[in-house]
Amino acid sequence: MIKNKKFLLLTVLAVFSLVLAACGFGGDKSDNSSSSDGKKDSGSKTKELNLAIPSEPPSLHPGLAEDTTSSAILINVFEGLTVSDADGKPTPGIAEDWEISDDKKTYTFKLRDAKWSNGDPVVAGDFEYAWKWALNPENLSAYASIFYPIKGAKDYHNGGSADGVGIKAEDDKTLVVTLENPTPYFLELTGFKTYLPINPKVTEANEEWYADAGENYVTNGPYKLSEWKHSDSIVLTKNEDYWDAANVDVDTVNIAMIEKEPTVATNFKSGSLDYIGKPFQTVDLNVIDEFKKDGSLKIKDEASIYWYKFNTKDKIMSNANIRKALTLAIDRQTLIDNVTKGEQKPATGMVPPAIPSFTEDRGYFKDNDVDGAKAALEAGMKELGIKDPKDIKVNISYNTSEGHAAIAQYIQEEWSKKLGISSELDNSEWQVYIDKLKTGDYQIGRMGWVADYLDAYTFLEMFDTAKNGNNQTGWENAQYKELLDKAVAEVDEAKRLEYLKQAEAIGMTEFPVAPIYYYTNLSVVKDGIENLNPNPTGDIHLKDVKMK
Amino acid sequence: MIKYILKRLMYILLALFVIVTATFFLLRLAPGNPFASERNFPPQIEEKLNETYGLNNPWYIQYKDYLIDAATFNFGESMKYKARSTNDMIAEGFPVSLTLGIEAMLLAIGFGVLIGVVAALYHNRWPDYLATTFAVLGISVPSFILAGLMQYFLAYKLELFPISGWKGFSYSILPALAIAFSHMGFIAKLTRSSMLEQNNSDYVKMARAKGIGKWTVVFRHTLRNALLPVITYLGPLTAGVVTGSFIVEQIFAVPGLGKHFVQSITNRDYTVVMGTTVFYAIILLFAVFIVDILYSVIDPRIKLKGAKK
Repeated sequence: MIKNKKFLLLTVLAVFSLVLAACGFGGDKSDNSSSSDGKKDSGSKTKELNLAIPSEPPSLHPGLAEDTTSSAILINVFEGLTVSDADGKPTPGIAEDWEISDDKKTYTFKLRDAKWSNGDPVVAGDFEYAWKWALNPENLSAYASIFYPIKGAKDYHNGGSADGVGIKAEDDKTLVVTLENPTPYFLELTGFKTYLPINPKVTEANEEWYADAGENYVTNGPYKLSEWKHSDSIVLTKNEDYWDAANVDVDTVNIAMIEKEPTVATNFKSGSLDYIGKPFQTVDLNVIDEFKKDGSLKIKDEASIYWYKFNTKDKIMSNANIRKALTLAIDRQTLIDNVTKGEQKPATGMVPPAIPSFTEDRGYFKDNDVDGAKAALEAGMKELGIKDPKDIKVNISYNTSEGHAAIAQYIQEEWSKKLGISSELDNSEWQVYIDKLKTGDYQIGRMGWVADYLDAYTFLEMFDTAKNGNNQTGWENAQYKELLDKAVAEVDEAKRLEYLKQAEAIGMTEFPVAPIYYYTNLSVVKDGIENLNPNPTGDIHLKDVKMK
Repeated sequence: MIKYILKRLMYILLALFVIVTATFFLLRLAPGNPFASERNFPPQIEEKLNETYGLNNPWYIQYKDYLIDAATFNFGESMKYKARSTNDMIAEGFPVSLTLGIEAMLLAIGFGVLIGVVAALYHNRWPDYLATTFAVLGISVPSFILAGLMQYFLAYKLELFPISGWKGFSYSILPALAIAFSHMGFIAKLTRSSMLEQNNSDYVKMARAKGIGKWTVVFRHTLRNALLPVITYLGPLTAGVVTGSFIVEQIFAVPGLGKHFVQSITNRDYTVVMGTTVFYAIILLFAVFIVDILYSVIDPRIKLKGAKK
């Protein structure tokens, strides 16, 4: 009897588990032409591109997205007034043409005939609606400050009135934007993710329209979000209603969410992925040499920087000469050759050479200038009344990552070897680390900065005052601030650049930061695919990609 | 029996309350906040975010709200993934983790018992040595190393399985094996030693003396008794396969719940941490509870005692 019961129990359990097992693959419909191993079906007529992103995009709402993964998808399913090209320069998008007033403060955009994926026409009011939606403080848009160059935007976002905001749809085809100051990079901003339009009808009808793919997810870009399996994959399909659909070559883009870089690399080698690199998943450090050897690794400069920030509120770090000594003593080239290995460029300024007009060497200091470092240390110690460099103990903070740890260890060794300064390493996880930096609970901390637009201002602006939330160093300088203010108000492009360079020079005399390297983007692309290459701000517009 | 079950259910509720409370306070004590990001928010937005998620309230209000949420299984929206509710994340991720877990458990138990039985039957002969070596290897090689090796050799080099993803049964084999392997080794060792113990008992000697065949004795008599320690191990095994699959899920890009369970902590995504913790706690407490009941079904000598001492 007991035996029978037991058998019954086991049978029930077995059936139950099989049913559950079947449920687990509920989302599995053989609805795409990929074969079971994920490889592309060579017999299919449609052109499919297979990519990987590291995680679920945190938000596919233009007004709410703040990360590169979300942005990589958003800029391909939506289209802004302008679209950046391969060099990062703005080209016509939904705006066919535009006029800029003589004082460079008023932009009049003329919109082309374009449609939303639900058939609605894309009108100027959609842009006005979307931008004001993001500026409305109730909507908690993390990136709304990107609209601050627009007149009245900052005031509205900080609780003021929406009436004074310089965004106005004159008619369905005309959008007039008035700026606070001449902003030469404004046309780049209009292609940025937060500046993408949203369909007011859809948003008003359903606040959570952006939570899933489906009929609510209405877009105006070259691709439609046709499938979104959360935490698993995203499928983009060509939008036949897109105004330039005739020039979109790839029909379907399959985007798998794969967190581990080695898994991504293995998938690429097996042929199930067509590309690794920014802004999608990055190339695993361990296979860089392999890809380099077979000649498939592409290296491209990026408008971003890796630097160490000094907390100038700290007693030792308050001394500019000490900061200078620490900055000059680092042998960046050796660090790049042996630790980071991505052919990054040694950084000796605050603005990366991928920023146009800042491409030349501004020569603020020499990489690995040991003599200069020793002299600065000597002067700094005198000012602080320190006799022996051994009495200087510093703390290097970084967030959890093998790469950051390796860089910190290298720099620790450099300072000890060349200056005799001992340092301790302080590792914490990202969320804690950011808090430490913001509250000034650190001495020296790593940080990176990627340009939102191709202009030096994005790198220099954060140090305008100690109050700037992105500054974190506590450093400010009246002259630096004055030069930035002058640059902002300046209509003459050449003069503006001169002010920015002078400001950078002040930064590189006082060293609130020690620039380490300018990033590069490493990527590998499958043969037969063209234009799959990020521009200097790290964007890829999939509409440009051509497949054989 | 009913008394016992009721008493155990009370304990489960108490344990849940303790877990829920501890999670709340530990999370609030941990440094870092959910909205910290590289690009600084204007202070008024950070203020509004805190207000929206009730983080401005005093701790006892937050605690009270959270207890109500936990009791009603409504954990609210994720703080990182916009417009995604914690319940949705659990509903989508758990069936995947469960499938993988059940597959791994079946593999671990099935092969573990088989290897254990073979080892015991051929005690101190080469099949025993082979099985023991296999079991020791299983216990000592971490699942993520095994996962990486299997992915490279079986999936990439030999192309026997897909490398990563979750599109069908074939995608689940390697991750399930990677999770199962160490448990398999442990179960094999348990089965082997308890079988050896049974083999020396009188009733087995008697059965053999009666001329009953070796394998018949195993399946009719020894195995049932020898499985008792294995049943005891089912509780921790469930815990292991359901929560411990995180790294394996990562390596094979399996969209399971383990990822949210671990990453929500590093993201300080309070709502998801709370939701997944409560959910896993319930699963694990009930798994242990069911194992205890199974125990008495398999061995009638074990009585489940209730309130009586």
